[in-house]
Amino acid sequence: MPEFWINMGPQHPMTHGLWNMKVKVDGETVTDAKPEIGYLHRGYEKIMEVREFQKNVVLTDRLCYVSSITWSHAYCLAVEKMMGIETPERGQWIRVVSLELQRVASHLMWLAAYGPDLGLLTGLLWALRERELFLDLIQLMSGARMNQNYPRVGGVRNDLPDNFEAMCRRSIEHFLEKVDNEYQRVFQESKVFRMRTEGVGRISAADAINWGVTGPNLRACGVDVDLRRLDPYETYEEIDFEPQVWHDGGAGDSYARFICRFNELRESCQIILQALEKMPKSGPYRVKAPRRAEGEGYAKTEDSRGEALFYVIGDGDDRPYRVKIRSPVFCTMAATPLMLRGNKLADSVAILGSVDVCVGEMDK
Amino acid sequence: MSAPLVPNLFNVCEVLTLAIVWIVDQILYGLASVIPPLTGLAQWFDPAYRDRLHLTPLASEPLIIVITWLIAVTVIVIWATLFNLLTMMWVERKFYSRLQDRYGIMISIWSLPFWPFNRTRRPTHRGTGYLQNIADGVKLLQKENITPRNADSAMFHISPVLIASSTLMIFAALPWSSGFYVANLDLGILFIFAAFSLAPLGILISGWSANNKYTLVGGLRAAAMLMAYAIPMILCVIALVFYTGSLNPLTIVQQQDRTLVSLGPIGIPAWYIFSPQILGFIVFSVSMMAEMERVPFDIPEAEGELVEGWTTEYSGMRFGLVFGFKWLRMIAGAALITILYLGGWSGPVFTTLYVGGVPVPIVPEEAWFLLKVYLVSLVFIWISWSVPRVRIDQILNIGWRKLIPYSLATILIAAGSIAWGVWAVG
Repeated sequence: MPEFWINMGPQHPMTHGLWNMKVKVDGETVTDAKPEIGYLHRGYEKIMEVREFQKNVVLTDRLCYVSSITWSHAYCLAVEKMMGIETPERGQWIRVVSLELQRVASHLMWLAAYGPDLGLLTGLLWALRERELFLDLIQLMSGARMNQNYPRVGGVRNDLPDNFEAMCRRSIEHFLEKVDNEYQRVFQESKVFRMRTEGVGRISAADAINWGVTGPNLRACGVDVDLRRLDPYETYEEIDFEPQVWHDGGAGDSYARFICRFNELRESCQIILQALEKMPKSGPYRVKAPRRAEGEGYAKTEDSRGEALFYVIGDGDDRPYRVKIRSPVFCTMAATPLMLRGNKLADSVAILGSVDVCVGEMDK
Repeated sequence: MSAPLVPNLFNVCEVLTLAIVWIVDQILYGLASVIPPLTGLAQWFDPAYRDRLHLTPLASEPLIIVITWLIAVTVIVIWATLFNLLTMMWVERKFYSRLQDRYGIMISIWSLPFWPFNRTRRPTHRGTGYLQNIADGVKLLQKENITPRNADSAMFHISPVLIASSTLMIFAALPWSSGFYVANLDLGILFIFAAFSLAPLGILISGWSANNKYTLVGGLRAAAMLMAYAIPMILCVIALVFYTGSLNPLTIVQQQDRTLVSLGPIGIPAWYIFSPQILGFIVFSVSMMAEMERVPFDIPEAEGELVEGWTTEYSGMRFGLVFGFKWLRMIAGAALITILYLGGWSGPVFTTLYVGGVPVPIVPEEAWFLLKVYLVSLVFIWISWSVPRVRIDQILNIGWRKLIPYSLATILIAAGSIAWGVWAVG
């Protein structure tokens, strides 16, 4: 049979969002792949130039709708650096808690999507069930389940509600129990799951770095990169945590990526618990930000999917002169043909699911 | 030891036919009083009149026999599709919903849109959900049947018919108890396998004819899987024939209806799963699961990468047919496993109640058979909703490198155990 191209997308169960993976197959083997993106391009960088600094938070929330707070936070951090203001300590701690809650919720969404990719619909329902716990916590904190609009330039919108710490502890305790017993069994310890993920979609650390892969996908290649540790922002310096890096053999395959993300669920829960403990119990959580600013601000944070970067230039007006967004998935997507080549057609799902694609931030 | 509820399907249907003929006969007599030439026809259908003229009994007339066969086939089809298919779909949907920590389908009878169900403030979604599948079927019937522009129309339309009819053919030879069957074939098991193996051909045809890349890959996968999994299945049956000496399902079940060994008050039945054929049972079940296209082996329609596989281009009831009949194949597969390895309809409890001199078994053979079939299916459902899908090369590796050697080993084991008399031939 001659080789032919198969469109995996734009309307395809494999694509979580709107994009197209063109796959060239020889029988069942993938010989070439070509990601086609841009279906969801909304011109973020341009839209942000005509909105005031504070109002842009609403937009950055929608960059990635499953990881809103982390993106808004990266933007706020860049603008704060440009304005030269600093968040009060309690505000920083609250941000850390909200970031990690959002990270767990985002990773659970990825886990929920990865199950049906491999044909395991039960994983979807289970992961979404526990995601509700974290969405409830985020809702308590910010008032919304989605597009929270929570970080502000100079702090966060509101203080934590009463009794938030106890609720966090209760949810996390329940969640960790489920992770150790249920998820681990249905994913990690499942023989069929390991058959499907081990050894597929391998990418070397050098290739990954050259192509700009970051975050859990790079850590799965055995590179110890975590901006929370290397370039700490907010109060991550004071928190004792271990970036999840794949140290064993067989680095860079789908299974390694899965394990890194999966262990990050536990690690993020530990960060939340620590932050709740170390956080000052009262104090200001927000400073007044100036309306107008001039200068350049640059912030990179560890998003759920890699390094999120914001570069904001102000020209003395009340809105940015130029905004540049660096999306981690955009770079990872460029490296996916490397991972796909030589694998089977069915593996393309196992690979693209494991890199955790979010089209909103990829197309910007 | 148990007894069937339907001692002989043909005889039961004959009673039904004669009753219908009697009613028709009365109508004919009524019409004959107005239209006199009909009297002869009415008298031909009248058993009393035939007796007087010493004609052959009405029941042995070819016309009546043909009608009886048609009724028997209809009874089996209705029993298989309207009762068992719907129930199995309902069981599966409820079971995996519970596995996923949710309620699942809950439509109640109060959802029906006509009196007396359509009153205001009705509990429409607090039922058991049995009607959901019927509602889905009605919905699919209302949908348009789309044929892709560049598809090979004839082949595209033939393949759902081929799949559906070959699946129904299984039930011609598949007995539900020692009396509830259409045809008692000497080579019944072989016939069932032949009918089973026709559907992948239909899948291949539909995959090729729809002129779509997803369906093409799905169809070719189905063909590859048929090769890999039909062979170990047949080899396991060959191993079993060493014991049974027959391919007649009734004979095979009859052989298992005895006590193998008594452990105190509990008697272990002589089912072939307890024989040295336990390996054959495992291989057969795994192959059967692949043949049913259940989740670890459902690569012909892997919805993750192939959208909906070979069913992608089907719409409306044609999709409903090929989709729903998977459950019918699952029932047939589970029934085959039950007949070959789990003692079929033989059950321990047998109590007869005499209703007006007619013995009625309290727990008839059909009940035991259905219980086993549904339990086997539940295990399949359980497995398929807790594991991911296996890849095409892995599935072929499992088939060719594991299952076929194992099934050859079962033949050796069977021959050896017969030669050394480990297992007394029933």
